[in-house]
Parts: sequence; C-alpha cells; structure tokens
Amino acid sequence: MYKGQSGMWSWLLHRITGLGVLLFLLIHVVDIGLLNFGPKVYNEGIALFGTAIVRVLSMALIGGLLYHSFNGVRIILIDFWPKGARYQGVMFAIVMVLTIVCFLPMAYFIMGPVFGWPTGNMPAGM
Amino acid sequence: MRISSGYGPRPSGGGFETFSWYFFRVSGVALIFLALIHVFLNHVSTDVSCTSYQLVALRYTNPFWRLYDWLLLTLALLHGMNGLRIVIDDYVRSRGWRLALQSVAGLVTLAYFMLGTITLITFQAAGALGPNCIH
Repeated sequence: MYKGQSGMWSWLLHRITGLGVLLFLLIHVVDIGLLNFGPKVYNEGIALFGTAIVRVLSMALIGGLLYHSFNGVRIILIDFWPKGARYQGVMFAIVMVLTIVCFLPMAYFIMGPVFGWPTGNMPAGM
Repeated sequence: MRISSGYGPRPSGGGFETFSWYFFRVSGVALIFLALIHVFLNHVSTDVSCTSYQLVALRYTNPFWRLYDWLLLTLALLHGMNGLRIVIDDYVRSRGWRLALQSVAGLVTLAYFMLGTITLITFQAAGALGPNCIH
C-alpha cells in the first residue's frame, strides 16, 4: 500500500532504531549489574564507554533514540488526531528535522572529549 | 511480507493485542521523557566518563533515582521486548520456531527484569568509591 513512500521508510527506520535501542538496553543492564562487583570492576566498564569507538556507537544510539521518540509521537498523532493521517508526510519531514537538530548538539558533547572541544561537563581533580 | 502491528490500526476485540497496542503508546510517551532525560544527564550535563561508581553511589543515596531508573528499566524492557515479539511474529513463518523464539524472548525479559531490579534494590556503596572521572 505504501511501498517506496515516506510511510514505508518511517516504518522501517522505526523498526531498525527500536531493535538497535533494545540491543543497547540488553548490554546496558549488564554493565549496570557490575555495580555490585565494586568500584574497580564497574569503572572498567565505564572506561570502555569513554573510548572513541564506543562514543561513535553512542552517537548512533542517541540518533536512533531521538528518531524513535519523535516518530513515536508522529504515530500517536496519526492514531488519535483526526487529521493525523493526512499530515503524516509533513510530520515525517518534521521528525527528520527535529532528529537532526537535536542530534547535532548531543554529538558535540559526546565527541567533544575525543577532540578536546570544550564541554564543561567533566569536573576535574576530585 | 506481512506488515503487522505495533503500528497501524488499533486491534479490536479487547484482548492482549489491544492491550499491547495501548501499552506501546502509553509507555512510549513516558519513555520519551524518562530516556531522553537519562541520556541528557549521563552524556551531556555529565560526560559518560564521569558516570563513575562514585557518581552512582552519590545519586543512589536518594531513592528517587533508584525509582526513576527502575521505571526506565521496566518500561523500556517491556516496550522493547514487546517490539521484538512483533518482529518475530512478522518474520518467523514456522510455528515451531516462532514458539521457540517467543519463549526465549520471554525468558530473557524475565531474567533482565530480575537482574536490573536486584541491582537497583541491593546496591550499597562500598567503602572506597574510586575516582570521580575515568580517564
């Protein structure tokens, strides 16, 4: 019915980003589980999240999470707003713009420490 | 390819699929706030390399954050694993395999819910908290 149109791509992206975020959740619950093995073990896990490679993966995760969030609102509007179905294409464009606009500053903060950009979010010397 | 739900018209009949359809939407709205605030706190206002044992120990002196994280864990796990259930329904055609995979998914959900809940309830800061930021 909507093969090849924005409805198909939004649906496919929603599914892929959803599965991606779920995969991360299944990793994240385990690394938080390391808390009960003491500071040394837990901090080794955190050190991994601070590496450049995992920061790039985190960026992908956050981009996916932002898209899934905004497109989720679009789906709810299609379901409950009488004009939702008529404006689904416009709303998809808004979802993409919001995703990119929110993603860029977050990407700056996540990659900042790798490139030495000022982020002001790392209290030092304690 | 069968394009079934989570997405699309509300399943009628008032059974589990109707509940699932509503659950996606209600938990989804809650998760937008819970997850995005969580990401902001641990990647923007504090860099991830500073979300150390020390920071968690400090945060978890306040039960609010344990409750917040438990709500995030529970809703995200159920929302995500329910999504996986629908994906399995969509792509696995054989009845036997579908049953097997759904059973594994159910057990994984239970195991993760227990692991996460136990971690959040039982965590008690050790004597030495380690460094503030990990470099």
